[in-house]
Amino acid sequence: MTTARENSETLSALDRPNSYIGKTVPRPNLDRLMQGRGLYVSDIELPRMAHVVFLRSPHAHAKINGIDASTAKQMPGVIAVVSGSELSTVITPWVGVLSHLKGLKSAPQSAIAVDRVCWQGEAVAAVVASSRAQAEDAAELVSVEYEELDAVTDMRTALDPATAVIHASLGDNLAFERNHDAGAVDQAFAESDEVVEAEFVFGRHTGVTLEPRAVVADWNAAEARLTIYQGTQAPHMVQNIAALHLGLKESQVRVVCKDVGGSFGIKVHIYADEMATYALSKLLRRPIKFVADRVESFNTDIHARDHRCKGKIGVTRDGTITAFEIDDLTGIGPYSMYPRTSAIEANQVVNLVGGPYLTRNYRARARVVFQNKNVMCQYRAVGHPIACSVTEGLVDLAAMKIGMDPIEIRRRNLIADDAYPCASPSGLRFEQLSHHASLAKLIKMMGYDALRAEQTALRAKGIHRGIGIASFIEVTNPSAAFYGVGGAKISSQDGVAVRLDAQGSVICQTSITEQGQGSESLTAQIVGSVLGVSMDRVRVILGDTDITPYGGGTWASRGAGIGGEAALQATKVLRKNILDVAAAVLQSTPGDLDIVNNGVVNAADGTPRIDLSELARIVYFRPDTLPPGIQAEFMATRHFVPREYPFAFTNGVQASWLEVDTDTGFVKLLKHWVVEDCGTIINPQLVDEQIRGGVVQGLGAALFEKCVYDERGQLTNANMADYLVPMSGEMPDIDVGHVVSPTLESELGAKGAGEAGTAGAAAAVTNAVNDALRPFGAIITEIPLTPQVILTALGRI
Amino acid sequence: MKASAFAYARATSVADALELLTAHGERAKVLSGGQSLLPAMNLRLIAPELIIDIGALTELRGVVVKEGVLTIGALTCHADLLKSPEIAAHAPLLTDAVAHVAHPAIRNRGTIGGSLAHADPASELPACMLTLGATIIARGPGGERRIAASGFFAGIYETALAPQELLVAVELPVPPKNSTHFFHEFARRQGDYAIVGLAAQAFVRDGRFTDLRLGFFAVGDRPLLARSAGKLVDVAITPAVLAEAASALNDELDPLEDHQATPAMRRHLAKILLARCVSSLLARPELRAGASA
Ligand SMILES: Cc1cc2nc3c(=O)[nH]c(=O)nc-3n(C[C@H](O)[C@H](O)[C@H](O)COP(=O)(O)OP(=O)(O)OC[C@H]3O[C@@H](n4cnc5c(N)ncnc54)[C@H](O)[C@@H]3O)c2cc1C
Repeated sequence: MTTARENSETLSALDRPNSYIGKTVPRPNLDRLMQGRGLYVSDIELPRMAHVVFLRSPHAHAKINGIDASTAKQMPGVIAVVSGSELSTVITPWVGVLSHLKGLKSAPQSAIAVDRVCWQGEAVAAVVASSRAQAEDAAELVSVEYEELDAVTDMRTALDPATAVIHASLGDNLAFERNHDAGAVDQAFAESDEVVEAEFVFGRHTGVTLEPRAVVADWNAAEARLTIYQGTQAPHMVQNIAALHLGLKESQVRVVCKDVGGSFGIKVHIYADEMATYALSKLLRRPIKFVADRVESFNTDIHARDHRCKGKIGVTRDGTITAFEIDDLTGIGPYSMYPRTSAIEANQVVNLVGGPYLTRNYRARARVVFQNKNVMCQYRAVGHPIACSVTEGLVDLAAMKIGMDPIEIRRRNLIADDAYPCASPSGLRFEQLSHHASLAKLIKMMGYDALRAEQTALRAKGIHRGIGIASFIEVTNPSAAFYGVGGAKISSQDGVAVRLDAQGSVICQTSITEQGQGSESLTAQIVGSVLGVSMDRVRVILGDTDITPYGGGTWASRGAGIGGEAALQATKVLRKNILDVAAAVLQSTPGDLDIVNNGVVNAADGTPRIDLSELARIVYFRPDTLPPGIQAEFMATRHFVPREYPFAFTNGVQASWLEVDTDTGFVKLLKHWVVEDCGTIINPQLVDEQIRGGVVQGLGAALFEKCVYDERGQLTNANMADYLVPMSGEMPDIDVGHVVSPTLESELGAKGAGEAGTAGAAAAVTNAVNDALRPFGAIITEIPLTPQVILTALGRI
Repeated sequence: MKASAFAYARATSVADALELLTAHGERAKVLSGGQSLLPAMNLRLIAPELIIDIGALTELRGVVVKEGVLTIGALTCHADLLKSPEIAAHAPLLTDAVAHVAHPAIRNRGTIGGSLAHADPASELPACMLTLGATIIARGPGGERRIAASGFFAGIYETALAPQELLVAVELPVPPKNSTHFFHEFARRQGDYAIVGLAAQAFVRDGRFTDLRLGFFAVGDRPLLARSAGKLVDVAITPAVLAEAASALNDELDPLEDHQATPAMRRHLAKILLARCVSSLLARPELRAGASA
């Protein structure tokens, strides 16, 4: 690990003896999950619970002329068949817009379609029965009379006057447009020695969580309270939205989020079928379970990417990049998702293109159009893979044009490590990045020169290997600037409460959530380290709006940086409170005492003074023996939100080494390297797992994953046989290195690491494929890079 | 994703299974490893009224070599094929092929009988049966039938088996000593069904093929024993000869379009496989790129 900027003149709370910070410690929840004692939503069984199956539209766009459920209602086990209009008596529709995305428009969306379906897979009726199988049997007997309408499927013609308008009330199919113009772009291109253009095409794909979306909603009419058990990344957001649309107060809704089998941004949105499940519970006054099956997941879990982005770069002969220009187009489905909207990805593309580089000349247009396909929204590394692939693809094309090595052109154009704070051409503020230190480390890790020599030697034998490099920046630790300022009730702050129990153990409630990334572990590490207790004494409770402090949850690479800092600050207060009482009991002063290994010791020489368990016993059971005026406060709560910077940017660089079989178009990934800078590293193993997992999802996008729609808006590969997720057999070894530039916004100094891997992996692979294909003069700017795409580019088929 | 309701019977003997099949015919389905049947049922692509589970019929399981014939029981699972010393010794092509069938968990359950009866045109084992000149043994109400592999596969998921028949075994003539083989397939991921594959068995003398059997799969609605192999037998192989065979092969293929490949791409890959096969069997690396131009 390289530490770019030391800030350790003074020892912080993290540098205490036996600190867990920076150490790989096993996750406390591992045994529970490995022994099958996890509790996922589908494990939950409640008395009188019924199962809902949604009858889904087979058409991409159609009017609903009638629904006949009379036969279905007679089927064994059936409790109710509910249409969209019947359900609308208990739940109101919503519109997925935010005020800071100027001009963004969308149409009201209902929990179940009312008169019209707008994508294949939209729910048209809910069948509720005693078991899922019975509900599926009955669903086959509901007959819906559809009148097919023209489907808008091609984003390129969505805005043509001849194309049908999906929502007449909106006037056209344009959901959002953003234009940005900085510096003097035309002049810069005119003064460039070379200007290179390309169109980059990104396949639509989805997140494929191991555990599908799942909800149990339990309306308790006697208490007038709804309990929602749901695998979600943002329990308080769900609480707010459910209450709003069911006409309840937030205090009437409790959201419980136990174990979650992966999320990747798929589970941070409000889905119509989940809203319908809450409403059905209220309507039918009993617990209702909805567990999406795999086909439903493909048809209704948000999709992402699906961009066509034209890009242009100017460069002078000495390798100076003079300007970037992009024109991005994306189709998002028939509605902007609620409540985070579907304009964020395109907006991020505009924000991030050119981000690592010096040039101030940047022009961008992004347009977001409606289509009759499944909804699109934020999935891991929102916008980053697109921005990174476009930027890094253009940089490589420019380098190729002027005959410069891809490393050299980056060296000449990446923002210098000592130039911070500064801003990107799109106006984003950077606190401290380390592009050059990261690149230098990457070159060393991969043995760049030796690889180049190997490449040349193999080329002589007809073996075509390529090296691809991709520098990137990543948005993490978002402040209220992300959603709050636009009017969304999505908290950007998080809270943590810690308390010492009567035997000297610690209970910690945090508002961040755990979906497998290790939130529980990192929280326990911070609390244990700051307090001076061993981790096995720290119990972390997450995911319950009745119990935890109010907060945002875990998304946008924010859990460690924001929730972690709240844990640190809360624990510091608890520590002070404990030492105050200990000093009184021991007739010492707090400054002379410390807590180490679960006991109070002399700060000077470490001599044990009193065990925490003994102190707790006195405080809780014999407070009468404490000196007068001492009231122990063995519970402390603190909240944190970044205020200085809207986002804590991180940075890094990735490299791919691969071989292309030019006869077959198959790509073999040989090795992948990542150097990234997420500031303070709390648990190296968790960070590396985040990076590797993220890279694998990026490699999936690069080579395998794509939701294939036909021209009528039918998703043709909604199953695990035809939709190819990346599997271990095809994955290369992924080496991860770190540069550490802590953020000074928090004492912890941690930035996010959850999306860095995904941000740059596809760009590195595409650049490597083009590097391998150089002797053939073929340039490919489309992912996934399937054998079909590569053979076509090579003119072999 | 729940199957529609069905009745279930666990057959106690082959006779019992046949009786159930005779009584229920097309409304029943035999359950072997379930690796193809159950996904189709859960997706409600099919909804049989009765499932006849043959899993307990141990007499249908196992590999025997006798008098130059390798007999494999229908219930022998892929994992057992993979580790069978008899198959490794007498039909190593099959050992190589099975390693490409799915993943270990599926190979532990999926069976050779199920694979052949299912007749997915992208499956490895049906093509191997063609290449190895197998005989498929079926038993029905009227007794036993012996069906040559060349006449067994009738289309996508279609075979010569009647609804009342049970596939009980396959017989493979043990290839002559010194016979060689080649197996390769192009699949997007390890364990996926092939985009195009080739199972070849050959006899090479003095640098020439005296016999060459090329079983292609995923090149049409059923596996294909390529007649164009004949163009490579008893001649000195030059790039020109190879190109001619490739063009003859092209005429024989009738590939389908799916998510992974267009027919043109399948034709291209089949020709690449042909060149790689010939190059490998003759140990002549210079032929590797031969037919691809
Ligand atoms: C993820 C996955 C990947 C796979 N990949 C591959 C692959 O790469 N290559 C490949 O070849 N296969 C693949 N398979 C399929 C697998 O090999 C199956 O095992 C095989 O196709 C069917 O065998 P089974 O014993 O499971 O048959 P079942 O699923 O039980 O039956 C299949 C069909 O055959 C009929 N049947 C079964 N046995 C008999 C019999 N004795 N007589 C008459 N009819 C019978 C059944 O009624 C049914 O119609 C894959 C499967 C999965 C789930």
